[in-house]
Amino acid sequence: MTNWLAVARRLRERGVLGINGRNADYTLIHNPRHRYPLVDDKLQTKQLATRAGIAVPELYGVVEIQHQAVAVNRLVENRRDFVIKPARGSQGDGIIVVTGRSRRLYRTADGSLLDDDALCFHTSNILSGIYSLGGQPDVALIEYRVNFDPVFEAVAFRGVPDVRIIVYQGVPVMAMVRLPTRASHGKANLHQGAIGTGVNMATGTTLTAVWRTSIVTEHPDTGNPVSGVQIPQWQTLLEFAARSYELTGLGYQGIDIVLDRDKGPMILELNARPGLAIQIANRAGIKTRLDLVERERRKLATIADRVAFARERFGVGPSPA
Amino acid sequence: MKRTHLYILVATLSAVGLAVFLYKVFAIGLPIASEERTEVWRVEVQLRLKAEGGPVKATLQLPQNTGAFAVIDQSFVSPGFGVTTASQGPNQQAVFSIREISGAQTLYYRAVVQRGRRFQDRGSRDPLPELTPPQFEGAELAAVRAITQGASRQSADPPTLAALIVRRLKEARPGDEASLLLGPQPTAARRVRVAVDLMRFAGVPARMVHGLMLEPERSGAGFVRWIEYYDKGFWAALYPSEPKPEALRHYLPWWRGSAPLLTVSGGEAEHHVTISRSQEYSLQVALAQKRELERRLVDYSLFGLPLQAQALFRIVMVVPIGIFLLVVLRNVVGVKTFGTFMPVLIALAFRQTGLVWGIAFLVLIIAIGLAIRFYLERLKLLLVPRLAAVVIVVVLTLVVLTIISHRLGIERGLSIGLFPIVIMTMTIERMTLVWEERGPLEAFQQAAGSLVVGTLCYFVMKVALIEHLMFVFPELLLVVLAATLLLGRYSGYRLVELPRFRVLAK
Repeated sequence: MTNWLAVARRLRERGVLGINGRNADYTLIHNPRHRYPLVDDKLQTKQLATRAGIAVPELYGVVEIQHQAVAVNRLVENRRDFVIKPARGSQGDGIIVVTGRSRRLYRTADGSLLDDDALCFHTSNILSGIYSLGGQPDVALIEYRVNFDPVFEAVAFRGVPDVRIIVYQGVPVMAMVRLPTRASHGKANLHQGAIGTGVNMATGTTLTAVWRTSIVTEHPDTGNPVSGVQIPQWQTLLEFAARSYELTGLGYQGIDIVLDRDKGPMILELNARPGLAIQIANRAGIKTRLDLVERERRKLATIADRVAFARERFGVGPSPA
Repeated sequence: MKRTHLYILVATLSAVGLAVFLYKVFAIGLPIASEERTEVWRVEVQLRLKAEGGPVKATLQLPQNTGAFAVIDQSFVSPGFGVTTASQGPNQQAVFSIREISGAQTLYYRAVVQRGRRFQDRGSRDPLPELTPPQFEGAELAAVRAITQGASRQSADPPTLAALIVRRLKEARPGDEASLLLGPQPTAARRVRVAVDLMRFAGVPARMVHGLMLEPERSGAGFVRWIEYYDKGFWAALYPSEPKPEALRHYLPWWRGSAPLLTVSGGEAEHHVTISRSQEYSLQVALAQKRELERRLVDYSLFGLPLQAQALFRIVMVVPIGIFLLVVLRNVVGVKTFGTFMPVLIALAFRQTGLVWGIAFLVLIIAIGLAIRFYLERLKLLLVPRLAAVVIVVVLTLVVLTIISHRLGIERGLSIGLFPIVIMTMTIERMTLVWEERGPLEAFQQAAGSLVVGTLCYFVMKVALIEHLMFVFPELLLVVLAATLLLGRYSGYRLVELPRFRVLAK
C-alpha cells in the first residue's frame, strides 16, 4: 500500500510540476493567448525564425487550397527527399518523410512506397483538417528533410531524434533528447513510445533515459547506451532556445531542435504547452529551476547572460548510470 | 493579488448563496430533504343550522393571532351562502349569509394549523384596545375592592398580580369575597371571566381568550378559556385551569373577548369541533404559507413556473452538479474524457434511457459507428463527408435497433429520444477524431473514461436529495460556482500524476 499523500509531499519537495501547476502558474500567466498562433502554426513559426536569422528547415512550398493538392507532385518534382507536414498538426501526426525515389514512386522513412495519387490524397487530408487541433482547415508544408547528425545514429530507431528545451522567461531550464523507437513508429513523442534522455545543461551530454514509465540505460531496439552522448554545438542550441523567447513572447515554451548533418541545429517547432515528462527524463523537478529563474531574472538581460546562467546553474553531476 | 481577488469573489458568492439558502430553510421553512414531513392539525368546525325560513346570518369567530401556531390554510364549505370575512377588534370573523332558506343546513369551516417556526413565548403584540373598567355595585364592589387591594399590596407587577388574583379565586371558600363574585359552583369560564374583571378593575388590561386543545385528536372538542394580560407591550397568557406546563404547547388561541363563537340571526345553530392530526410533505406546507413576502419569494422561484417548465428545470438544475463532478474528476483526479462536457451529456442521455440500456446502446452504436468509419476509410473519403456519412449510418442503426427492440417487446429501446441521438453521434465523431489523431489506445482510454465519468455523473445527478436541493434552492448554484472558480486555480497534482511521477519521489 503506497502512501500517496507522502508521494505528493515528496514530489512537491522535489519541485515536480504537475499539469494543473503548469497551466495555472505558468502557461496561463506567462503565455498570452493571442501569441499561440505563432507556435501552433508551423508556417508562422518558420517565417518568424527566418526573419530572426534562426535556422529552420528550408520551405519548398505551401499547399493552401484543395485543388492545388494536385500541384504537390509538381512542387517536389526536382526533390529527391522532402517532408510533407500539416502546419497545425500536433504530436507529429500527418507527417510524411520521403527519403528517396524508386522509379515513379516515393520511398518514405518507414520503408513504404507511395505513388503520386497517395501523396495527393494525403495532402488533401491535411488541408481538410484531419491532423489539426480541433479539425480546422489547415495548410500543408513541404520542406527540407533533415539528414540527422550521426551522433544519434546508434541510439535512434529510424525517425528523427530531436532536442527539446524548456525555456522560461528566455532562460533554458531543462532539456531532453527524444529518441524514436520501433514502438513509436519513428516519432519523437514520449507518450507514443519514444525514449527521452535527460541532458546535463552545463555540458550538453545526455543523462539516463526514460522509456514509458521506467528508467533505461540502453536503447530498447539498438541496445546501445543512451547516456553520456555529447550533443554537438550545445552552445548554439542554448542560444536558439534563449532567443526563442524574444521570437514569440511566450514566457513558458518548449523548443524542438533537430541537428542536421550538414546545416547544423535547426528549429523544428515551438510548443506553448510543453509536456512534463521531461522531468522524468531528467529525474528532477522543473519547478525548482523555474523558481530560481524567477528570483534572478532581473539580472538576466542579454541572451548571453541567460545561456551562461543556464549552463552555470542547471548543470548536474555525472550521470549515476 | 489575483488570488486575493479570486478569494474575495469566492467568499462573496458562497456567502450570498448560503445566506439565501439558510434564510429559506430557517425563515421560510423550506425542507432540506424532499421526503421531510411536518405535523399539521386539521380543525373542522361544523355548524348545524336550523333556519326559520327568512334571511339567515351566522357569524363565526375565526382563529387569528394564533401564537405558537400558524394557520396555513383555511376553507369554507357553505352551499348557497355568501361568505365574507371581517376584522372585529382583535378577532376575525366569517359571516355566512343567505336571503332565504329553511330547514336544517350544515356549514363547515376548516383550518389547517402548523406549529410555527418561532415559538412566541412572549405572547401576541396586539395593540392595547380601549378597555373600560368593569362596573360593580353594592356587596360585589366591596368584595372586588377587598381582593384587588389585597393582591395589589402583595404584587410588584402585572404577572404577580395576575397570579395572586387567580390563586385567590381558586382558593375561594364558601362565604368569602371570592365565592361571592364567582357564584355557586363556578365553571372554569366563569373563573376566567371574574379574574379578567378583577384585573381590569386593578388597572391591568386583561382579556379572555378562547382556544382549543389540539391534543389528543378528537371529535366534539370544546373550547377552553384562559387569561391574557398586557405587560410591557405584550399580551402574556395565564392558564388558570391547566396544571401541566407541557400541555400548554397544544393550546391554539382562537378568539378574544366575551363574544360567543357563533351568533346566528334568523335561526338556531349548534357547533361541533373535530380535531385531527396528519403528516404532510413539508415542502407543500411551506409553500402554502400565507405571508406576503414569502409568497412573493415562492412566486419568483422555480415553483412559480408552469409544471412542464418545472419538470425541465428539475433536470437542468442538476447539470451544474454533474459538471462540477466532471471538473473534479478531470482536474483533480485526471480522468481522460472526450471533449469537455461530453460525459455530462452522456449522463443526461442515460437519464432518459436508464443506465444499463444507455450503456448497452452507447457501446453498440459506437462499435457500429466505428466499424462503418473504418470501412469508409478504404474509400478515401474527405473528412467532412465521411463524418456526415457516419452520422447518417448511426441514425439508421438507431432506427433498426429501436424497431428490433420494440418487436422483441423491449419497450426501453423506444426511450431513445432525439437528444441522446445527437449525443451519441457526437461521441462517435469525437472518438473517430481521437482515434485518427492519437491512435486506438488513447481512443479507448478516453471512451472508457467518458463512460465511467458519465455513469458517475448519472448517479450523482439522480440522487433525489441533490435534485430536490438544487430545485428548491437554486442559490446553491452560487456555492457550486464559487467551488468551481476555486478549482480553476487548483495547481496541485492530479491523482494520476502521482504514479506517473512516482519515480521522481525516490
